Amino acid sequence: MKLLKRLIPWILLAFALFILPTFLSDFRINLFGRYFSLAITALAIDLIWGYTGLLSLGQGIFFALGGYGVAMYLTLNTPSEAGGNGIPKFFENYGVAQLPFFWQPFWSPAFTLIAIWVLPAIVAGLVGYLIFRNRIKGVYFSIITQAALMVFFHFFNGQQKLINGTNGLKTSTTELFGLQVGSSDMQIWLYRLTVILIPVAFLICRYFTSGRFGDALIAIRDDEQRFRFAGFNPVPFKTIVFLVAGALCGISGALYTVQSGIVSPQFMSISFSIEMVIWVAVGGRGTLVGPIIGAVLVNYLRSLVSEALPEFWLFVQGALFVFVVVLMPDGIYGWVSKGGLRTLLAAFGIAPKARTYPQIDQEGPGMEMKSPAPNDSSA
Amino acid sequence: MELFFSQILDGLSIGSVLLLTATGLAIVFGLMGVINLAHGEFMMLGAYITFVVQNLFRPMGGLVFELYFPVALVAAFFVTAIFGVVLERTLIRKLYGRPLETLLATWGVSLILIQLIRSISTSMVIGIAAAVAIGFFGGQFLSKKIGDRPAFPYLNGVMWAAAVGIGLAVVNSFSSMRALASPWFGPRNIDVTAPKWLQGSWGVIGGIQLPGLRIFIILLSAVLLLFVMWFLTKSVWGLRIRAVTQNRQMSNCLGIPTDSVDSITFGLGSGLAGVAGCAITLLGSVGPNLGAAYIVSCFMVIVLGGVGNLLGTVFASLILGIIQSVVGSGSLLTAFPGMPPAAKSVVEFFATTSMSLVLVFIFIIAFLQFRPNGMFPQKGRSVDA
Repeated sequence: MKLLKRLIPWILLAFALFILPTFLSDFRINLFGRYFSLAITALAIDLIWGYTGLLSLGQGIFFALGGYGVAMYLTLNTPSEAGGNGIPKFFENYGVAQLPFFWQPFWSPAFTLIAIWVLPAIVAGLVGYLIFRNRIKGVYFSIITQAALMVFFHFFNGQQKLINGTNGLKTSTTELFGLQVGSSDMQIWLYRLTVILIPVAFLICRYFTSGRFGDALIAIRDDEQRFRFAGFNPVPFKTIVFLVAGALCGISGALYTVQSGIVSPQFMSISFSIEMVIWVAVGGRGTLVGPIIGAVLVNYLRSLVSEALPEFWLFVQGALFVFVVVLMPDGIYGWVSKGGLRTLLAAFGIAPKARTYPQIDQEGPGMEMKSPAPNDSSA
Repeated sequence: MELFFSQILDGLSIGSVLLLTATGLAIVFGLMGVINLAHGEFMMLGAYITFVVQNLFRPMGGLVFELYFPVALVAAFFVTAIFGVVLERTLIRKLYGRPLETLLATWGVSLILIQLIRSISTSMVIGIAAAVAIGFFGGQFLSKKIGDRPAFPYLNGVMWAAAVGIGLAVVNSFSSMRALASPWFGPRNIDVTAPKWLQGSWGVIGGIQLPGLRIFIILLSAVLLLFVMWFLTKSVWGLRIRAVTQNRQMSNCLGIPTDSVDSITFGLGSGLAGVAGCAITLLGSVGPNLGAAYIVSCFMVIVLGGVGNLLGTVFASLILGIIQSVVGSGSLLTAFPGMPPAAKSVVEFFATTSMSLVLVFIFIIAFLQFRPNGMFPQKGRSVDA
């Protein structure tokens, strides 16, 4: 039983990697690839919200930065995208003759690979440090990150000459390794890459949430004042965790961009960044499995609803926000792992009665009935 | 220079709309520590109420139509206030002490409100009424029959889900009848014509025309602000609100009905947002997404002004309104033609509405480095350090 429990994630991973592509159409696989890349963002948000108690409504900044990084590299390195003087075509529309300076390093694939997570991390670290240094927290932190998001949105939206403004950068027609990025061969590889990167992101998050560092994060979440009075300075902890989350969001944004085929300032819309939070809330914050489940489930639901009744999705989403917050604050995973299912069954008189003394009961006749598993260390 | 001055007037009028909205947000935040993300949507509701009132008055024509705006102001205040009280009683009260969760829940409410305005139609109203009636009375019936069983909450939930399903079916069954199923407002923007006495100029001061609309908005918010100040400092409920803001537990111990205080404050804040929405209709056409455009500016006002402080809110909103309007329109260039080229290029870079927001944000982040708690921070031991 224990072995099976340990194997479940690996089985799911192998299922997503090998079996799912065999029976789903290319279109669906591409959608699932997007959901999985969003799951990495959900993990990042769980790291800062679920574990550290910082509700950031501005993760879209880092998500979009990663996306723009990879899109700039692809646009530069595709011959068909180049205009008259060797720079991307869209610049001609605005009469720009010279490549803006910050585009230059994106000729290099090595730089791009590093930039898509280092750049968001730097921005996150800087913004985070300036905010945390002043002990801004709680709702204040949320609205400042939201304002920052709005600012980045307006900046990217308004600067046609630098970054193609509101049109964004299209990646589906660019080329990578001689293959068109939008082609189904390329997409299946990107899907595999995403599926492989999820456990990597998971392990990174587990590294940061376990051990003394993780304890510090939880202490900050539960009582920052006491943490400070105990002689710790919360600023470096918060800054580091915010920075790591930013980096993860950047990677996730890059993966999402190449699979959705475009990066645009809409990645930094206010609603998208709050949506990210609801994935974590639905899945279960404060656990590392929850966000992955939540991101995939909510986005799958979104696709289903918007395909059937497009104008209905906002109602469903709004109701989901209210429902999860009021009735299911631990999310799906938290609800199940805290015995919600047992309570439900017991309410209908189906489940076994709760044992008052599990240790004694286990030696008695109730041997075969497993006591509720102690909190899974991986969760 | 005249252009510069009229830009400042523009800035003041935008700032006073911000002021109305942010005041509501700030007193609620100061009192309950809650940010209401649906506040912008209350503004939008106010704007749509103005639209409805205008259309009700239009057939009367003549002098009566000219007077629709004051009626719309009052209606907007009370209807949004009622919405606010309902929201507080049903949802926010349940989340007391969990400000971040409240933030998310109110965002959900705002999404629902946006979509509701876009797609509300007669058939939808019937459907919602049917669903609520079934859910409510079914719940009463269930609780009478099996209210003491542990399965009751789950069955109640299932029953509500069924009620929603029935409501959907009702909406669907009307979908063939165009008169009932066509949306009232639709996703497009609506326009409100300002009454004649607000259009045009209200006189000239020092060679500068005083546009009636803008002066009216500034006066309106000044009067309302004075009213709020009077209410908070002189009335009985204002005293209670201030007491609860300072120390909720102690006020509760001394017999102040904190529940009612919360409701009244929330209603007042929402009502102010409704009035702000009413005022916005004078400045241009409005749509279902109106709230999102203003809410972030309101947050900036609150961050800059400090929590639960009316004076800070006033200063911050006026400063932000003027910065946005003066810098964003690029009128600094025309006002000071003789500036050095380096400064000129900087001013030009920020001379759009969106870039002026960027500038405002940089300004706020820099400001917070010196005054982390805003311009006029609360003092005292009870303030969370």
